[in-house]
Amino acid sequence: MRADVFVAAEAPVMTDIVAGLAQVGLLVVALAVVYRPFGGYLAHVFTTEKHWRVEQAIYRLVRVNPDSEQRWPTYAAGVLGFGFVSALLLYLIQRFQPLLPLNFGRSIPPGMAFNTAVSFTTNTNWQSYVPEQVMGDTVAMAGLTVQNFVSAAMGMAVAVAVIRGFVRFRTDRLGNVWVDLTRATVRILLPISFAFAIVLVGLGAAMSLRSGVSVTGLDGAQHTIALAPSASEEAIKELGTNGGGIFNANSAHPFENPNAWSNLVEIFLLLVIPVSLTRTVGVMVGNPRQGHVLLGVMAVFWTGILTVTWWAEAHPNGPAARLAGAAMEGKETRFGIPSSTLFATSTTGTSTGAVNSMHDSYSGLGGAGPLFHMLLGEISPGGVGTGVYGILVLAIIAVFLAGLMVGRTPEYLGKKLGRREVTFASISILAMPLLVLVGTGLALALPAVTGSSLTNSGAHGLSEVLYAYTSTANNNGSAFAGLTVTNDFYQSTLGIAMVFGRFVPILATLALAGSLAAQRKVPETAGTLPTTGPLFATMLTGAALLVAALTFVPALALGPIAEALA
Amino acid sequence: MILVRWFSSLVRQTGAGLRLLLVLTVVTGVLYPLAVWGVSRAPGLVGKAEGSVVRAGGRPVGSALIGVDLTAADPAHDPWFHTRPSASANDPLGPGDPSTSGGSNLAADNAKLVDLVRKRRAAIADREGVPEAAVPVDAVTASASGVDPDISPAYADLQVARVARVNGLPEQVVRQIVDGHVRGRVLGVLGEPAVNVLDLNLAVRQAVQH
Repeated sequence: MRADVFVAAEAPVMTDIVAGLAQVGLLVVALAVVYRPFGGYLAHVFTTEKHWRVEQAIYRLVRVNPDSEQRWPTYAAGVLGFGFVSALLLYLIQRFQPLLPLNFGRSIPPGMAFNTAVSFTTNTNWQSYVPEQVMGDTVAMAGLTVQNFVSAAMGMAVAVAVIRGFVRFRTDRLGNVWVDLTRATVRILLPISFAFAIVLVGLGAAMSLRSGVSVTGLDGAQHTIALAPSASEEAIKELGTNGGGIFNANSAHPFENPNAWSNLVEIFLLLVIPVSLTRTVGVMVGNPRQGHVLLGVMAVFWTGILTVTWWAEAHPNGPAARLAGAAMEGKETRFGIPSSTLFATSTTGTSTGAVNSMHDSYSGLGGAGPLFHMLLGEISPGGVGTGVYGILVLAIIAVFLAGLMVGRTPEYLGKKLGRREVTFASISILAMPLLVLVGTGLALALPAVTGSSLTNSGAHGLSEVLYAYTSTANNNGSAFAGLTVTNDFYQSTLGIAMVFGRFVPILATLALAGSLAAQRKVPETAGTLPTTGPLFATMLTGAALLVAALTFVPALALGPIAEALA
Repeated sequence: MILVRWFSSLVRQTGAGLRLLLVLTVVTGVLYPLAVWGVSRAPGLVGKAEGSVVRAGGRPVGSALIGVDLTAADPAHDPWFHTRPSASANDPLGPGDPSTSGGSNLAADNAKLVDLVRKRRAAIADREGVPEAAVPVDAVTASASGVDPDISPAYADLQVARVARVNGLPEQVVRQIVDGHVRGRVLGVLGEPAVNVLDLNLAVRQAVQH
């Protein structure tokens, strides 16, 4: 053991980088191993006609016919209606917490309950509260954990409906939303979460129904250490790209993420479904290479952001970090810089938003990495389901732009892209930037709101506000947590950003899927732009960059870029 | 007309959605967490599930995973290995509150953080009797959790001489304790080398008692 340290002392920087790279390698290998079988399994889940017994029991109980399929407006009505009753029920559960068991005498005020209800039903998991102080176990389990499952399952359902839009011809049916939702929960999220929750307990994560344990330190001081049913929440929190911690410190808390092993397991969990869904696209459209292109583009962004963020945190420019010797403020000893930036990159590239280090304490450029990763629209690899439909919509934009350049009618995956399709795709893409920029602008224009809410001032203060609206409009949920968001203005506007950031793209994308499914198949001709090669991958990368850069460079220049150049 | 039809289908779908939500609440919100909790009662798991509490002399003295700084009765004779600073502490150094958690969220260009780092460096250099430049980074920066159980091997090394002196132990003994508790990277690549502070303090106390 001691030998390692001496090696580290001789060449600390080199060892750090080599070990960090090896860790990235291990993660990539693990994802590569499961990619084909798991992606194939996901495709099977959503295409097989056989129902499981337990699913049939559920369908009987809720009185839906699992063998009838829905048109896109009905499918969308299901998604909206489910979101509405979810938010309502979660709001009520929180407000009635004093009457529920295991409440530990905690209660949740209305503004906070509204924001949290919206946050968890939209798969955002933005947290305007300190869990140890306001959340009891019943709300955490029967409220928040439920939404961690079903909001992720709904993301997958929408993604599958969109893929069906491409692979079906001359039909107005996109599938049955209740079947897709049930299968995603029962066949995918539940078994994997259960297995990994046990693994996490084995690694040291807490799983207690007590609120805390009293200890007397060696110095005689009395303390209460907060406890929670952490492991069950942690597994689905990562697997469903949710991100809401059962402790305030989120995955930096040792009871959520006790060591380097659990850290790698959690990063794997939050990436595995979004990554494997590109395989599912490939399988369902009958050409795995279509999925490889999407995955390739995702990987380019993820690698780029990881490189920038890691480098920036290893070479911080802020005076406090330089005085201290490194950027360890807001980072855990057991993770250090490489494992913290790997987590930060993965949590913002998926729409997870869990954190194992405090992004607000990152350097200018180091914080710009996660921020820009979200501003790309959560496509590298994006949230569970949302990532894959997000990048399919971007692919439509890319094909359309290419068609304009060469003057041909654009086609993608055997479907013509006419005015209708491109309009829906544009609405889907432009909702997020609108919410981010209007929300940030509004907050900054109200100094009474903003002034007292900032922990940091100047360029970094602007980044705190920009990060908040970026995180909520993209349904990510991570934060520059120095921003105090408990006033009514933030609770309501950030709540609105979450609702519209989630449901506008879903509605537009389902409408797009409906219009694609109604078309006949366009045969591939010599004039068809091949969408499986590096040329298209480059164009897709360019389209994503173009949308994000053109929209956000001015805002980024005032915040993180200004700080990075200071 | 189309909107009216869609609205009635919205109502119908919402009803189905509510029924499914209630069923899934039972499955994922009650059965699932309770099943995990049930399995976590197994011997070998239950200790971890209940917070990895460490006992000394039969009394719970802390958690193996939670770092709470110890306070010396007489600061001039400080016998403890110290944890990293905590954002929940009242002073630049000093014990945090493990009933809550979180980081400072201070940015690297924040004058408040510059000031904190400067104060911590001076205080630690003074406590250990070393030049300020010898104080490692983790000693002067607050962790993300506020309850980081670990410190770097460098910060442990820095405290060896004082801990040995105040506890009346040969420096060699305390150095061996530190060396024996340094954890390398998992598999040689995951995470960072670290030392658990509670383990160190328990081992030192045991050495004193023998």
